[in-house]
Amino acid sequence: MSKIFTPLPDLPAPDSSKGFIGWLRHNLFSTPINSVLSVVALYIVFSAVIPALNWAVFSANWTGLTEDACNSGGACWPFVASRLDFFIYGFYPSELTWRLDLSFLLLALTFGPQFVEAFPYKKNLGIFSVTGFPIIAYFLISGGSFGLESVPTEKWGGLSLTLLLAYVGIVAALPIGIALALGRRSEMPVIRTFCIGFIELWRGVPLISVLFMASVMLPLFLPEGVNFDKLLRALIGITMFQSAYMAEVIRGGLQAIPRGQYEAASAMGMNYWKMMFLVVLPQALKLVIPGIVNTFIALFKDTTLVLIIGLFDILATVNSAIQDPKWGAVETEGYVFAAFCFWVFCFSMSRYSQKLERKLHTGH
Amino acid sequence: MKRTLTIATGVAAAAMVASSAFAGTLDDVKSRGMLSCGVSTGLPGFSQPDDKNNWTGIDVDVCRAVAAAVLGDANKVSFKPLTAKERFTALQSGEIDMLSRNTTWTHTRDTSLGLNFAGVNYYDGQGFLVQKALGVKSALELNGASVCIQAGTTTELNLADYFRLNGMKYSSVVFDTSDQTREGFESGRCDILTSDQSQLYAIRSKMAKPGSAVVMPEVISKEPLGPVVRQGDDQWFNIVRWTLFAQINAEEMGVTSGNAAEMKNSKDPAKQRLLGTSGNAGEKLGLSEDWAFNAISQVGNYGEMFDRNVGPSTPLAISRGLNALWSNGGLQYAPPVR
Repeated sequence: MSKIFTPLPDLPAPDSSKGFIGWLRHNLFSTPINSVLSVVALYIVFSAVIPALNWAVFSANWTGLTEDACNSGGACWPFVASRLDFFIYGFYPSELTWRLDLSFLLLALTFGPQFVEAFPYKKNLGIFSVTGFPIIAYFLISGGSFGLESVPTEKWGGLSLTLLLAYVGIVAALPIGIALALGRRSEMPVIRTFCIGFIELWRGVPLISVLFMASVMLPLFLPEGVNFDKLLRALIGITMFQSAYMAEVIRGGLQAIPRGQYEAASAMGMNYWKMMFLVVLPQALKLVIPGIVNTFIALFKDTTLVLIIGLFDILATVNSAIQDPKWGAVETEGYVFAAFCFWVFCFSMSRYSQKLERKLHTGH
Repeated sequence: MKRTLTIATGVAAAAMVASSAFAGTLDDVKSRGMLSCGVSTGLPGFSQPDDKNNWTGIDVDVCRAVAAAVLGDANKVSFKPLTAKERFTALQSGEIDMLSRNTTWTHTRDTSLGLNFAGVNYYDGQGFLVQKALGVKSALELNGASVCIQAGTTTELNLADYFRLNGMKYSSVVFDTSDQTREGFESGRCDILTSDQSQLYAIRSKMAKPGSAVVMPEVISKEPLGPVVRQGDDQWFNIVRWTLFAQINAEEMGVTSGNAAEMKNSKDPAKQRLLGTSGNAGEKLGLSEDWAFNAISQVGNYGEMFDRNVGPSTPLAISRGLNALWSNGGLQYAPPVR
């Protein structure tokens, strides 16, 4: 009979290193310096967050129709509620806002399924979102055909105008940016010079001055009595500006593709366009997704600059509404609401880009 | 791909280019059936969207009155919100037919911009807002005061001039925006706040306790605000100018939006000429004979316009002051219709 070695069972981890206490010890109080820093940081967080929550939620006024309802000392949300239509639709005639609602719904239906892994027609929907959707939305919003009443662009405003500016900017800037990036790396001197000139010109001036040029200077250069629509001028300005940035982001991706890829494509007998669209660009675009989305988010926020040329985007509607003498000092509520709207859209774009990165993370 | 895009952009641009003849603004407006009027992007009492998304304000009403006089319908106005920088370009380039945007009538603007001021719909001027608790009765008692002021405006210059002229000292507390200036004043960082008087009333209406501050009677600068048209179109200039005059005359004669219809049958020849019952005042302007009747019955006389937008019953609670009729000690005076 031989003695069989049986190891003792593992002792459980000490109480001090598991569960909530363990997490605290490990992450917040591992050394005396960390403990002090944690306490200080917690104090700062609490002293900032609690009054903010108190103001925005617990002691806020939620119901009512006039300024009199706002007497608790907290945020005055009835103000935002009373002007919500203005913030979302601008001056769009109230009996026609269903057309904007329908466009919003279409937008949601076009992009919502992209987040659903199992949805089968993503590619078709993606193509629809940059071709069919803008056309349908344009006819819906501007009217003037198919028996829809025409709504001139100076009536467009609010969140819907912000979305429109951003959407057109994004949809137009990406293809123009790709074309410019390819052109800048072209071996044909005329095309290369043109693309370099275009990119450096638009990237070298601030968006504010582009918008000022479009709204203040351009009308003076045009022959008397000829007028571009102001919104169209702003849209062209934003698109040109953003395509220059987009071109440089994409060029970064193109440069990261090893030379072997180009040579392999050529060796297989592909011409320039096939090489670019089947081999190089798919890899390059995948590499620079964070950069592209970064530019999109910046573009989305930059659209607020149109308020300096008198277009009523969401921030301009808030700016205008907070001056209403019927309400007291409500500028904080207005700006918080505008910030919230921007955050919702920018955060969704950011989440979508992360999802896309994970999905396309193949081959490494 | 780039070429297709260029072509597509070009086609879209061509489709949206609105061409209009430049010579006769009146004909343009009539053929369009719509008056295009430049207003501010939001100034309480002057031009601001209300909670039904309709433009309201005394500047807006000037546009509506002109639309009523020319097109017979005060609602046929398309308002173009403009910032201070682009307002004159928009008028010069023909994007708008008239500008009614709290614009001060100055020598430089009138002579060098190719524009004409058609009248004054609000006499403004820089004034002082003072905490009631100070018990100050006149701006001349403000020696040594600290003044809240918005940076980079001409008000700063006027303030310095006024205090130097009267041998008084002051210290200025400068803020970036109008809201910050108000908060500084409310929290007691300064004794007085200076800005244009119309602004002071708007600022006061936003205070937590509007009753705790008073606007001083003194005005230290002249800011006559009025509608502007392009130079070189005298007919249109006359129309805008006389629409405003008609409203001022109407107030003087006691013609209001409510009684304009019965006043048409009045025995008073001046009222008859104004409302188009006799004479041909409208024809001389190139308008129908009920031009002034339309403006007055749809928008009201000057007094109604003032009371509705900035008067004592509104949150701004501005008293008539300089804007009272000349017969009541103010400056509003219109030549007779005859």
